[in-house]
Amino acid sequence: MPTFLREASLKRHTILDLLFRNLTRVSAFGVLVLLAAIIGSLIIGSMPTIRAFGFGFLVSPDWDPVGERFGALIPIIGTLVTSAIALTIAIPVSFGIALFLTELSPRLLRRPLGIAIELLAGIPSIIYGMWGLFVFAPLFADHIEPWINDHIGTMPYIGPFFSGPPMGIGMLTAGIILAIMVIPFIASVMRDVFEVVPTLLKESAYGLGATTWEVMWKVVLPYTRIGVVGGIMLGLGRALGETMAITFVIGNSHELSKSLLMPGNSIASALANEFTEAYGDLYTSALIELGLILFFITFVVLSLARYMLFKLGKREGQVT
Amino acid sequence: MLNLYTRRRIVNAVGLAISMLAMAFGLFWLCWILWALLEHGLPALTPVVFAQMTPPPGSSGGLLNAIAGSLAMTLVGTLIGTPIGILAGTYLAEFGQRGWLAPVTRFINDVLLSAPSIVIGLFVYEIYVIRVKHFSGWAGALALSIIVIPIVIRTTENMLRLVPTTLREAAAALGAPQWKIINFITLRAARAGIITGVMLAIARISGETAPLLFTALNNQFWSSDMDQPMANLPVVIFQFAMSPYEDWQKLAWAGALLITLSVLTLNILARVLFRQKSASH
Amino acid sequence: MNAEYTANPKVTAPKIIAKKIIVRDLSFYYGDFCALKNINLSIAEKMVTAFIGPSGCGKSTLLRTFNRMYQLYPKQKAAGEILLDGENILDKKQDLNTLRAKIGMVFQKPTPFPMSIYDNIAFGVKLYERLSKNDMDERVEWALRKAALWNEAKDILRQSGTSLSGGQQQRLCIARAIAVKPQVLLLDEPTSALDPISTAHIEKLIDELKEDFTIVIVTHNMQQAARVSDYTAYMYLGDLIEFGDTSVVFTNPKRKETEDYITGRFG
Repeated sequence: MPTFLREASLKRHTILDLLFRNLTRVSAFGVLVLLAAIIGSLIIGSMPTIRAFGFGFLVSPDWDPVGERFGALIPIIGTLVTSAIALTIAIPVSFGIALFLTELSPRLLRRPLGIAIELLAGIPSIIYGMWGLFVFAPLFADHIEPWINDHIGTMPYIGPFFSGPPMGIGMLTAGIILAIMVIPFIASVMRDVFEVVPTLLKESAYGLGATTWEVMWKVVLPYTRIGVVGGIMLGLGRALGETMAITFVIGNSHELSKSLLMPGNSIASALANEFTEAYGDLYTSALIELGLILFFITFVVLSLARYMLFKLGKREGQVT
Repeated sequence: MLNLYTRRRIVNAVGLAISMLAMAFGLFWLCWILWALLEHGLPALTPVVFAQMTPPPGSSGGLLNAIAGSLAMTLVGTLIGTPIGILAGTYLAEFGQRGWLAPVTRFINDVLLSAPSIVIGLFVYEIYVIRVKHFSGWAGALALSIIVIPIVIRTTENMLRLVPTTLREAAAALGAPQWKIINFITLRAARAGIITGVMLAIARISGETAPLLFTALNNQFWSSDMDQPMANLPVVIFQFAMSPYEDWQKLAWAGALLITLSVLTLNILARVLFRQKSASH
Repeated sequence: MNAEYTANPKVTAPKIIAKKIIVRDLSFYYGDFCALKNINLSIAEKMVTAFIGPSGCGKSTLLRTFNRMYQLYPKQKAAGEILLDGENILDKKQDLNTLRAKIGMVFQKPTPFPMSIYDNIAFGVKLYERLSKNDMDERVEWALRKAALWNEAKDILRQSGTSLSGGQQQRLCIARAIAVKPQVLLLDEPTSALDPISTAHIEKLIDELKEDFTIVIVTHNMQQAARVSDYTAYMYLGDLIEFGDTSVVFTNPKRKETEDYITGRFG
């Protein structure tokens, strides 16, 4: 074949290779720039409050737009408490679902059931919020909360956390709805890590006469421990940053209350509710700093989650 | 005292029963939410919803401008986010063996993937809305595209990694340059998976509310100008549902049903499509 | 211990009229692991040379240095010289794409591209030649005929390459490789994923193809090496143990290791 043609196309190919390679590289680099820009813009935006309140912002329960005194304590507590409630419910349920999907479900149902659980994750959070406010909260107020008041609310020590007017909305409701939202995330990570457990390992345990429960609890779970914790952290990351579902049902009150049945506030819902109506630099800046705190917390949690899943993946790679 | 074996069997039975209960528990919420949506949403979902603009409280109206706004912003957001995501995902899968950029990007991308979407809204507000001094459809689309990018990066990389190395080697053995191998062989082989990823990303952003609150805001009227505040379904649902007016709440239910149906349809469609494509290979 | 046999290629190298490829002092590393140790041999033009040996002996590694396929991966490197028509292809200045256009390769498993049968073959040709529609049609037909696939494929040229059977896919890959008109054809265990009938097809094909191409084949099937090759190299743990006329290597090996392997006492 003619060599001159080869030479010409060779040069073209070398240039195109270089162009394409750098185009993809710039795009990848863009992700880093994006993260840096997010953090940078949030820090710049929150400079007025950082200057005005310093670290006191983190521990102050004030939220007084008129007097221009702001503190993040109540939203931070609300965010942490609702996420804690969510995880307390979601972890055992997710484990059960993952166990069912990997070991118990008839083969034919495995896929549709798995998809059903994933659909639960696909429902937009605003739908959870609406449903929570209009359907779940009234039922909760009429039937569950009175019972909680009568039975758990009278217990020593934990009683005060569970007594209050049955309003339906509040931290507990928000936590429960968050739980439903994060269950699919945790369950699907758990299912995925359970599925990478070598069949041989499970079979050897079954071969010793272990029951299904014992195989899961004593062989599969220890083997996948890091991955499971990673999945839980992933769910925690979701729960911490969830906005719309909580905004509907948490009650948006900047009051510190002991009872979980009382309204509270979370970082994300404070932002959603107040940001567009915030007046004055300090008010806006306080909200942006809330966003910065939220981003920081979720960043740490998600980094840990990814690190753990990454470690598990690496171990897998070495085993096979 | 029960003997050990009986006790083990009881523990096993209880454990498995609880596991089944957990599964039922998960399905229960799905069914309940879907049922509530149908119950409240179906009666509200009249042809008027698709024909009229969002009304002031007390008068009748529809969601036409919100639907159109959502479609426009989702489209633009996807169009901005997808190419960047595919390119960056390609870098991670095809060029990322050497150097520090790929592992760091992969890690950051995974974090961005689950970052709170309301913070993305704040970010776009800070860098764009403040500069141009007004809320706009562009800002909303930009925020949505930032949510699309990590999803597309993730699926592109994963799908490209599924393409067997021998296919790349076979193309290289013919003397094909790398850009040709990637564009004509590997990306093509991973096409079905990447399309699935894009569809899932669309599903995700079409329900996103939080990032639009501070960017597109809302608009009671028809707006075809992306440079103006733009109505969109999620924010309209939020405002109408939180309002004390019954008409508005009814419209919110109609919108909620509409969004959920389209999101779930996209989800299922994406899975079915991917399964068919991957089965035929 | 094998130095006396490999240090001086003239001792063991068969009588070759034209040497297409000459390998001199070739060593190969996966990171720190040395996979090829000081290999010396030459490949005869328009003949079939087979590399045999137990798995992990380096036979595929050696093959993959001829088109520098290893370059796709970091941490793999080769030292020494490989002369193709007297030019060192390990030289940094050697353009990889040109090299690979001259040296075609077929892999263990069929690797049809996700496109039509026609486009599979045209893909490689279009990289370096601008042919008219007619010329391209002719080239595709030529390649498919050479690969003995024309009769089966001529009516389904627009169908996806993945729709063919395994044996047909492998012949498609051979057609794709020769359509570029390379000088050397590297076959890396081309029949290991195929059934006996398809294997027989391909072996017959190899015999026909050596009229036009220099062929190097890696195989773990000794009978196959005996059937299709003119020269055979036996490798073990990165060393070239014996290299010579296939008939000699198989009937009257000089080294005990080779004899053990060939008679099945080892490997």
